[in-house]
Amino acid sequence: MGWLRNVERSVLSILDGLAVTLSWTFRRPVTLQYPDKLEQRTQDALPPGYRGILEVDLRLCTGCLLCEKTCPIACIDVAVEKNAAGGRDLTRFDIDISRCMYCGLCSEPCPSGAIAHSAEFEATAASIDDLTLHFVRSPVPVARPKASETIERAPRGSILKDVIKGYGRRPGPAPRAAEPIPTPAVEPAATAPAAEPSATEKEPTP
Amino acid sequence: MLGSLADRIVQALLGVDPAVWPYTWLVHLGLMVGVALLAFIFIALFAGPVTWVERRIAGRMMSRIGPNRVGPQGVLQWLADGLKCFLKEDLIPAEADQRMFRFAPYLVFGGYMATFVVLPFGANLVAADLDVGLLYLLAVGGLVVIGILMAGWSSNNKWALFGGIRSAAQLVSYEIPSAFALMTVVLAAGTLSMQGIVRAQGGWPWEWFLFKNPFLFVAFFLSLTASVAESNRTPFDLPEGESELVAGFHVEYSGMRFLWFMFAEWGNLWVISALGSVAFLGGWQIPGVSPDTLGGATGLGWVGWQLLSFVVFVLKASALVAFVIQLRWTLPRLRVDQMMIVCWKYFVPLALVCVAGVLVLLVAVPEGGPIDWMLRGASMLAFAVLVAVYVRRTRAAYLADRDLYRRMEGKELWYPPYRLP
Repeated sequence: MGWLRNVERSVLSILDGLAVTLSWTFRRPVTLQYPDKLEQRTQDALPPGYRGILEVDLRLCTGCLLCEKTCPIACIDVAVEKNAAGGRDLTRFDIDISRCMYCGLCSEPCPSGAIAHSAEFEATAASIDDLTLHFVRSPVPVARPKASETIERAPRGSILKDVIKGYGRRPGPAPRAAEPIPTPAVEPAATAPAAEPSATEKEPTP
Repeated sequence: MLGSLADRIVQALLGVDPAVWPYTWLVHLGLMVGVALLAFIFIALFAGPVTWVERRIAGRMMSRIGPNRVGPQGVLQWLADGLKCFLKEDLIPAEADQRMFRFAPYLVFGGYMATFVVLPFGANLVAADLDVGLLYLLAVGGLVVIGILMAGWSSNNKWALFGGIRSAAQLVSYEIPSAFALMTVVLAAGTLSMQGIVRAQGGWPWEWFLFKNPFLFVAFFLSLTASVAESNRTPFDLPEGESELVAGFHVEYSGMRFLWFMFAEWGNLWVISALGSVAFLGGWQIPGVSPDTLGGATGLGWVGWQLLSFVVFVLKASALVAFVIQLRWTLPRLRVDQMMIVCWKYFVPLALVCVAGVLVLLVAVPEGGPIDWMLRGASMLAFAVLVAVYVRRTRAAYLADRDLYRRMEGKELWYPPYRLP
């Protein structure tokens, strides 16, 4: 009897469907409750190749201006001046992140790895002027060309803390306690540890 | 019941004979308005929070979380939603039939509200125990069809018209199996009065009509499904049909008028479940306590028993509410022809068989005899088998993914519903 068979099949399939939906109420939801109810900051969970807001470690910058020249939309503005001691000083290193398109062309040619993408992406500001990041507060001497071999780059995102206005004001898990930025070594050859290539980018814990 | 209460109030407070006092009707009227307000408050306090409950459950079934931001765990979400509707502009299309368009939501809501006249909440908690209670309940349900058809047609919108016509076709069709399925209960109880139907059952499960015999067992599911169909809930939400008719009959409504439709829809969830529990699950009957004890008590004892019976009733109805909610988030919407096939080819014949079967068993099987107990046992066994299959399939569906999830995510899959993220 096709009729009875249909009744039996519909009853059993409805029962099966109810069983499936009930089993899902016992499973872990996939939703991530950004930004406040997270086990881990989103920035820390992003993959290492993530192109977030640009970050400049001035201790490494040689003032070669390659990044400024490669930038297709000219959002990087670097100024280098001669100082009294006969060397060169970085007097301005501004990045307008409201214009930056995160192409990564600036970090590719950088000889010392001074400019690189961080994993930061939260920089909401009340004024668009606040989105121009000023990395140079007071003039600093440019780094020697071989600096990247002796100076370890500051941890990813640690420099932006002081540069982005209102950083960390969003609700959410506390930012990971940043390791202190090591001071530039006076006698790099003697005191600086051998730079490990992998140490420049910290592997985020999944 | 209200009338006698009014008479007693007049007697006690004023010391005059209510039969000769010319203003007794005013007290009656006041009491009616008061009870209607109470029922309205009950619907509001049910329909609002149950939307939140349903969305939380639906969220977990879809591996989401659901609203959990407004108030602790989102319990105030319904207030936010309601307030939003208050603030929306009340739009009436220029080409719409103004008066009909304005009036339709109230007709729909009035249709649902009117069912509360006979729905009992406890042993003596009922607005009016009509002798034709069940018939009245089925009859006022017809108001809803008129309201929905009116809303759809007066909107002067093709989607809305389709929704209204579909709704009319659906409700008229499903009235028949629904009425036949409830007819079995009337036959078994020998009365149409809602309180009479509850009194004809008992507190223990084997005294319920659900387990009285296999025909009533089938009739319960027919009646519940037909009620769901009449209330336009998924899998029978063809009049709304989001994917095909935008929002169906209420596509042109906004603001407060839209809220009345939603209000009625969610309030009706209670009506379905309350009707199911009155007709088949023993209503407010407390296990081991006879209805005479409930009614005979006086003073504080009376209040206590009434409250206890109310709690029992709410528990039974809530279980059905949960079931109907789960049904909604499990089954996809039927096609129009499938909806008609289910009704006319399956529900109507099955309901007729149930009526005939109950009639035969009432005549052939003496109450309380060995065959009667065997029938009750068989129904309970059938229910136990269904539950066992359900639990087993649920467990199998969970276990099928558990190990894979642990290997891929490094976390346990186990996250029971009472853990609120």
